[in-house]
Amino acid sequence: MQQSVKMVVTGPFNSGKTNFIRSVSEIDVVSTERKITSAAERVKDQTTVAMDFGRITVDDELVLYLFGTPGQKRFDFMWEILSEGMLGFVVMVDSTRPETFREAKSILETFRAYAPTPYVVAANKQDLPDAWDLDDLRIALRLDPTIKLLPCVATDKEKVKTVLLELLYAILAEMEAAT
Amino acid sequence: MPLKGNLRDFSTTNLLNLINLAKKTGTLLIEGPNQSAQMSFRNGKLIYAAMGHEDGHLATVLRKAGRLTEEQVRVLRARAPNATDKELGLLLINAGYVSQSDILNSLRHHMLEIVYRLFTWAEGMFRFEPTLMPGDDKITVPIELENVIIEGSRRMQEWAHLVEELPNLDMAFKWAERPNAANIRNMNLSADEWRVVSYISPKNSMRAMAKALGMSDMEIRKICYGLLQAGLVELVRPPGMVTRPLPQPQRPADSARPAPPPPDRKQQVSIVTKLIARIRSL
Repeated sequence: MQQSVKMVVTGPFNSGKTNFIRSVSEIDVVSTERKITSAAERVKDQTTVAMDFGRITVDDELVLYLFGTPGQKRFDFMWEILSEGMLGFVVMVDSTRPETFREAKSILETFRAYAPTPYVVAANKQDLPDAWDLDDLRIALRLDPTIKLLPCVATDKEKVKTVLLELLYAILAEMEAAT
Repeated sequence: MPLKGNLRDFSTTNLLNLINLAKKTGTLLIEGPNQSAQMSFRNGKLIYAAMGHEDGHLATVLRKAGRLTEEQVRVLRARAPNATDKELGLLLINAGYVSQSDILNSLRHHMLEIVYRLFTWAEGMFRFEPTLMPGDDKITVPIELENVIIEGSRRMQEWAHLVEELPNLDMAFKWAERPNAANIRNMNLSADEWRVVSYISPKNSMRAMAKALGMSDMEIRKICYGLLQAGLVELVRPPGMVTRPLPQPQRPADSARPAPPPPDRKQQVSIVTKLIARIRSL
């Protein structure tokens, strides 16, 4: 029988969750994006209103699913549903938009409350000139030095792989510490 | 990489905390809705602050601190119109007008007053320039940021309380019809309070008084609140004013939700190891 595990990719609106999953998913990401109607959120043309869904097959017996949460606040009722049974989660932060840092921190804390699983923070859009550097971001997000804050470009497969691997190492370390 | 944004999203407290922890060197430039400000730092310490349109000349700072008279400042400006702060400072010390510690204490007080005002700015684009430092002609005074952040936060709380008590700057005051005589007998008003008192009238809103007296929103609120608490004045609300509701506290996340039963640990480790190998191979 095939077993599936899931990891959740969360973060504020337009932080790069869909691109992140798209970069590594072996299937076309099942995205439920819709045209944005709110002027305040018209930074991009479309956004995820329910969830993104990507897949990485490990072998005949194991599949990893990546779920991207909807970025808009009014769909946060989906978060708790998506977080159930997750192995760990990635919090995406748009390094160029400090106006979203507080929300990113709030999302992080909400997910931690749902499930105390390991997580990493991906500082996305590090290739852009306006990106805050990691040391400043760590202070801005009030991240403990033990929390992994990783540079990321969600459209770059290698960078995304590194983020996922760091999350898996954190999960493994926690499991080994518990035994 | 740039450190820039809006105070709306990343407050003065957050910025100073970041600069302190990261031990940054450079200048923070802030463009507020009505004025601009700059603060310079060396290794995470505040060394200089200036408010855009305000005269930060050493002579003016010393006059405000009561170290020089208006007349002395006028004479200095006439005799040494192009003197830099450093040159003027030396001149004043050599002439015996002030001591070095008078100058440093006055500058420290001046800088801190600017920084504390910035704590009340809710809006303003900021950017940190690591290569921009005050000119050699400026006197810099290193100040540790920890206490500044604590005092700024305390003032923010005071500010929030004042805004709660006097939410609308369009409110005005009238003289109390029956003020407490004992209160008045024991009352000692400062120069600024006397200036405000002279403008008290139902026709003068706090906003108008602040503009006429060159005071900040916080300063006018603070003085008016003091006069109100002393029972000297009574509030006149503008017609149709609606009291702003207080923000509701956020509902805490439900952490009491039962977690799913833990699967077999050994099997989990095997799954994660497989996932690592698979992602490496992507």
